[in-house]
Amino acid sequence: MRQPLNEGQLVLIELLKKMGEEVERILKGCMQTLISLDRAQAEFWIAEDQKINDFERQVDDECVRLIATQQPVAKDLRKIISAMKISTDLERMGDLAIDIAKIVRRMEGPLLKQLVDIPIMAEKALGMMKQGLEAYASEDMELANDLAVQDDQVDHLYKRVLRDLLVIMMEKPEVLDQGMYLSFVGRYLERFADHATNIGENVIYIATAGRQDLNK
Amino acid sequence: MGHTLSVRQLEAWYGSNQTLKGINMEIASNHVTAIIGPSGCGKSTFVRCINRMHETLPGSKVKGEIILDGESIYEQDPVVLRKMVGMVFQKPNPFPSMSIYENVVAGVRLNGMRNKKTLQDIAEKSLRMAALWDEVKDRLNYSGMSLSGGQQQRLCIARALAVEPSVLLMDEPASALDPIATMHIEGLVRQLKEDYTILIVTHNMQQAARIADSTAFFLNGELVEHGPTSEIFTNPNDKRTEDYITGRFG
Repeated sequence: MRQPLNEGQLVLIELLKKMGEEVERILKGCMQTLISLDRAQAEFWIAEDQKINDFERQVDDECVRLIATQQPVAKDLRKIISAMKISTDLERMGDLAIDIAKIVRRMEGPLLKQLVDIPIMAEKALGMMKQGLEAYASEDMELANDLAVQDDQVDHLYKRVLRDLLVIMMEKPEVLDQGMYLSFVGRYLERFADHATNIGENVIYIATAGRQDLNK
Repeated sequence: MGHTLSVRQLEAWYGSNQTLKGINMEIASNHVTAIIGPSGCGKSTFVRCINRMHETLPGSKVKGEIILDGESIYEQDPVVLRKMVGMVFQKPNPFPSMSIYENVVAGVRLNGMRNKKTLQDIAEKSLRMAALWDEVKDRLNYSGMSLSGGQQQRLCIARALAVEPSVLLMDEPASALDPIATMHIEGLVRQLKEDYTILIVTHNMQQAARIADSTAFFLNGELVEHGPTSEIFTNPNDKRTEDYITGRFG
């Protein structure tokens, strides 16, 4: 029963999964660019943003189609509304990844230090995004709730990045510009993780119709 | 396989009242096409023209052409045509004095089939296609009237399918049924389009939206708009369609 609606929901899960894979590919590319400070690569990744925007439109179109033709109610409706919100979060996450490539455009090398915590932040934030999407696909509250714990870890890393950069900038005022840029990168990754918690909040909303703040 | 239908300049009258005004429409095979519109817009007349039932009413008149699989239906024997074009009505109407089995094979028997084994095979196949077999296989000799409303409607669909039509016309097939039986029928319609061309008349717009691949909006005997259902219900071309589907008139 309600086969077209069920199929539509599977299409949404698949589209969001692919959109997430695209965001992952782009964030990884942008992080690589940050380490190599390769400006040509930065331009390449900035142009790739369009693909994520296309996915967002596809998700929105499918949601509009399902709402208009299948009259979803209750949990079915929450799933579709949440898919639209998740696509917006993923699109923002893509923008944040691209912001890192845009930083590379302006940054003068070489790097003031070997990056340690920033790549860990990127890896953790990506893991959170994938976990959020998995929680959406399987409606797994436990996976969703766990995102709050991981977000705290990313926030902690971000604070450490800021503190380390501050010490370096105080010692060597000539790298002030780069220090500022790298702290922006930290901020983008911290925001990236916050959007992943939004995905988890949507999963909780689907399951319970209640709201929960996973990003305190 | 379903067949395509081409409707050209179709006009129909009841006495002096013109109910269809120059309808041109292509109906794709293996496709569910829904006809929506307010009462009196001509949607039922339209499907009744397709199996030549309209012209059986006293004082009625039809002009124009309907081409089924390349051949004009007006050049065919209506009896032969109705074998190719099955119809399911609003109210489930099993033959009251017949068993479930007899209901299903009634049309085939009427066409002269007598072989018992063949009839049994046809009954099983048709009931399976109508998604009713599992529910009735142990009581085929019970009266058709012993079934629930939704089951009776699926029995009528099985009866229509038994004569192996290529087009299935459905005039409000679920409007007398509860939501669960309605969902059964809708699921069935989606399966049947693999083998049939389906034309469904409904004043339940949500139903049209749910099951149809394309939707046609009729108003005052005219075809206002016909297009993919997802477009009709998200971005119709004609303001009258938009007003109707958003509940602003009709």
